[in-house]
Amino acid sequence: MLGLGDFWVSLVYILCIASALLCLVYGLLNWNKGGEPSPLEIKEEARWKKEEKKIEDKL
Amino acid sequence: MNILLLSTIVLIYLFITGYLGYVGYRKTKSAADFLVAGRSIHPFIMALSYGATFISTSAIVGFGGAAAVFGMGILYLTFLNIFIGIFVAFAFFGKRTRMMGLNLNAHTFPELLGKRFDSVFLQGMAGLLIFIFMPIYTAVVLMGGAQFIAEVLQVNYHSALFFFTVIIAIYVIMGGLKAVMYTDAFQGILMFIGMTLLLVLTYAMLGGVTAAHQKLTDMSATAVQVFGAKGHTGWTSFPKFASPYWWDLVTGVVLGVGVGVLAQPQLAVRFMTVKSNRELNRAVAVGGIFILMMTGVAFTVGALTNVYFANHPEFQKISLLAAGKNVEKIIPLYINKAFPQWFTAVFMVTLLAAAMSTLSSQFHTMGTAAGRDVYESWIKGKGNTLGITKVAMLITILISLFLAWGLPAFFEGGTAIIARGTAIFFGLCSAAFLPMFVGGLYSKTITKAGALWGFWAGFLSSLLWILFIHAKESQPLLLCKALFGKDSLAAGTNWTVVDPIVISLPLSILVTVVVSRFGKPPAAKHLEQCFKGIK
Repeated sequence: MLGLGDFWVSLVYILCIASALLCLVYGLLNWNKGGEPSPLEIKEEARWKKEEKKIEDKL
Repeated sequence: MNILLLSTIVLIYLFITGYLGYVGYRKTKSAADFLVAGRSIHPFIMALSYGATFISTSAIVGFGGAAAVFGMGILYLTFLNIFIGIFVAFAFFGKRTRMMGLNLNAHTFPELLGKRFDSVFLQGMAGLLIFIFMPIYTAVVLMGGAQFIAEVLQVNYHSALFFFTVIIAIYVIMGGLKAVMYTDAFQGILMFIGMTLLLVLTYAMLGGVTAAHQKLTDMSATAVQVFGAKGHTGWTSFPKFASPYWWDLVTGVVLGVGVGVLAQPQLAVRFMTVKSNRELNRAVAVGGIFILMMTGVAFTVGALTNVYFANHPEFQKISLLAAGKNVEKIIPLYINKAFPQWFTAVFMVTLLAAAMSTLSSQFHTMGTAAGRDVYESWIKGKGNTLGITKVAMLITILISLFLAWGLPAFFEGGTAIIARGTAIFFGLCSAAFLPMFVGGLYSKTITKAGALWGFWAGFLSSLLWILFIHAKESQPLLLCKALFGKDSLAAGTNWTVVDPIVISLPLSILVTVVVSRFGKPPAAKHLEQCFKGIK
């Protein structure tokens, strides 16, 4: 297939393109998913920022 | 090659890189900005930076040259690079790494491991491993970049090495991870353009996709004649099962690099640079296509160079022989002979970008490992994070520079040791970090003792295999020869071509799991903090 010599190399040629397409499709389908941080995440972020600020101030 | 044209292009490229480094510096106001880019990087920049860091000049020139020898079977590495290195890494590991990094307030990869298993010692040891072994990997890329500049711009190698290092060091030390990632993204775009052109021009020159492959397939008798004894069956078919070529390709190239990528500290830290899972989802799309166009193109074109050289009136021989049996010279020779000057210039900048994007991240990771993980966290050194990290960065850069300069100069066979630097570092990282990293992200039963014992088992077994069994490393390292009078303790058997990862990774997994079964289970409160928001 595609002028390639054996099954294994033909397979991997297709697999490379297919896996890149999988990444593309996954990315496009989930383009806007996971963007809203959960309340828990917001709390963690705030805690993290406070901790960072404390360290910066100390310095 | 028109030096004026090339110098102008290189100078424009350096100017833009310098400007982006300056932008990173201006936007860096805190330690978190410097270490994890403020956790607010754009997904496009993150994906390109990950890809550009992952792909160094050696992935294009070295592995592209290897494809000219092994053939297109090496594309299994590209498949793993995309499927594991991008899809699994971003869509699964990345999300957990990001959230856990936030929960534990981790700024580096060793800090994430240390805090996950509640062990500053583990953080220190992980940092120390990076501090000791990453300079060899960095030296590989430094040497490659400097040699290339010296050859192309016709300047002295040592001056090229020095100035090349200084330019990157300035923007990494000044601008931290933001400067690294901004410049990476620009370099990634250049790499994408260069490699796309290379693929299109090569297929067009050889009569189209199927026709080009067919011409290479028709040359299989030549491949068998030259490499048949080692198991070669042609450049478009897989090597003979269990032959030396098969072992080398499957364990060394495909598994060694393909799986090892998951536990690379300089890559894993990037998951902690984005704000939400949405950025990681978007980055998957960009990353998958980017990697396909990097290693996918390098390996396909690398194998196809055989058709070009065999039909070229000046050569009329296969790529390896056309390049004087020097694998590293195959791709540069092909670019020089097959394309017009303007493309040679574009491709040279592509390679320069590939080297610089990998180096900047290596400098950053080594510096943060030595400064943040070893000095500040482990041995409780005094000082401010930013200052300590910058000094540590300078020290590790000097060590890498010294290795790249000194090893070949003072030590016969030094270049051969450096050439194995990437494999040594990848192997050690995957064996030492992968089981505890995966276990830490997905399991609540892995204990501190399990992680530590697994680390030692993976690290030591990998190191011993490298020093005494795997001939590709044990031979240039000379320790086995000095102690036992031979290049490998397994000389004469196929074990000498089996990559360390095949032995040390299963061992490390086994030790991590078994020790965790018997030790004290982790505290429920600590686990709750680690897995907060992780389903």
